[in-house]
Amino acid sequence: MSEEELSGENILNAIREAGVSHILSVPDRTTEKGILRRVAADHSFRHVRVSKEDETIGISAGLSYSGTRSLCLFQYTGLLDSLNAVRAIAMEYSMPICMMVGLLGKKAGVPPKESDNYGIRIVEPILEAMEMKYVLIESNHDVKKIVPAIEEAYKNSTPVTFLIGRSPI
Amino acid sequence: MVMKRDEMLRCLANHVDNEQIVVAAYSSAFDWISIRQSPLNYISSGAMGMTSSHALGFALGWPDQRIICLDGDGSLLMNLGSLVTIADSAPKNLVHFVADNGLYEANGPHSTPGRGKTDYAGLARAAGYKSVFEFDSLPNFEQQIGSVLQATGPVFVWSKVEKGENYPKDYKLMHGPEIRTRFSEAVKRIPRRRIEV
Repeated sequence: MSEEELSGENILNAIREAGVSHILSVPDRTTEKGILRRVAADHSFRHVRVSKEDETIGISAGLSYSGTRSLCLFQYTGLLDSLNAVRAIAMEYSMPICMMVGLLGKKAGVPPKESDNYGIRIVEPILEAMEMKYVLIESNHDVKKIVPAIEEAYKNSTPVTFLIGRSPI
Repeated sequence: MVMKRDEMLRCLANHVDNEQIVVAAYSSAFDWISIRQSPLNYISSGAMGMTSSHALGFALGWPDQRIICLDGDGSLLMNLGSLVTIADSAPKNLVHFVADNGLYEANGPHSTPGRGKTDYAGLARAAGYKSVFEFDSLPNFEQQIGSVLQATGPVFVWSKVEKGENYPKDYKLMHGPEIRTRFSEAVKRIPRRRIEV
């Protein structure tokens, strides 16, 4: 696998290395095959299937008080639908909410802000307007950014969003 | 006679010890923190019905602690899918109360949809809660609350209530950092214990 490709296994290894034990998810076509199927089959994670994405923000906040690290996994449409929960809980309450968000429809190599897909194009500007840290994950090289970003989120009690820019394999 | 929410909560408080984590939504939260003063009250669950989701996070994070969630009908309606999520996750240690006064009380006393018609106990049963109770009178609540709190979870308790006394509505406290810092420190001191369910 080249550095330009994206390994779901590498992503999961990084999540595990960062001490994440609970994955809170709604399926997303970008991450379903490379990440979510592995999570569902891997009993080292506690997999919590939620009805709607904003629930993950509340569950993750509740888990954090017991020192339990979690990752919210869903599609960018779910992020857009969850913005009020993110605004209140992640940002205003300053909670360590870690989200992994699939950018369904984004073309590999094309920056999200230059996408011809309106929904993709507005994601980064919205996160910037919310003053929230985000990391674009599009290659195996980018995967190295996951562990320090999760560590920082829990150390400083601040949220972070990983934008998955291509389907992991 | 319909029971008053604060009377119900006073009765519940008699069964809640000093090490009990309670997460509460809006109007129930304001009543509750006046009735039971404890750093283990968590009332910062944000907006749009996230109280039940916080409660699930607490229940999964502290599987040996019984977690009490004080929800409202308006709050639950904004996160109705959480009933199915909670039932699917099946935390034995979660007791989910819904005080149903038929109002979106926090933002003005306007009716919730389905007021007087929606069967919240039926919704919880259909979602898959292990134990479901419903109350519309204080004597019945007083008589059964002890066994309700010992039932196998997830437990759902639908109480038809009306507003009782007025309690201070301190939104600055609810959303400010102080109460969360206090909670965060307090939970470090509670002993781990096994719950019998």
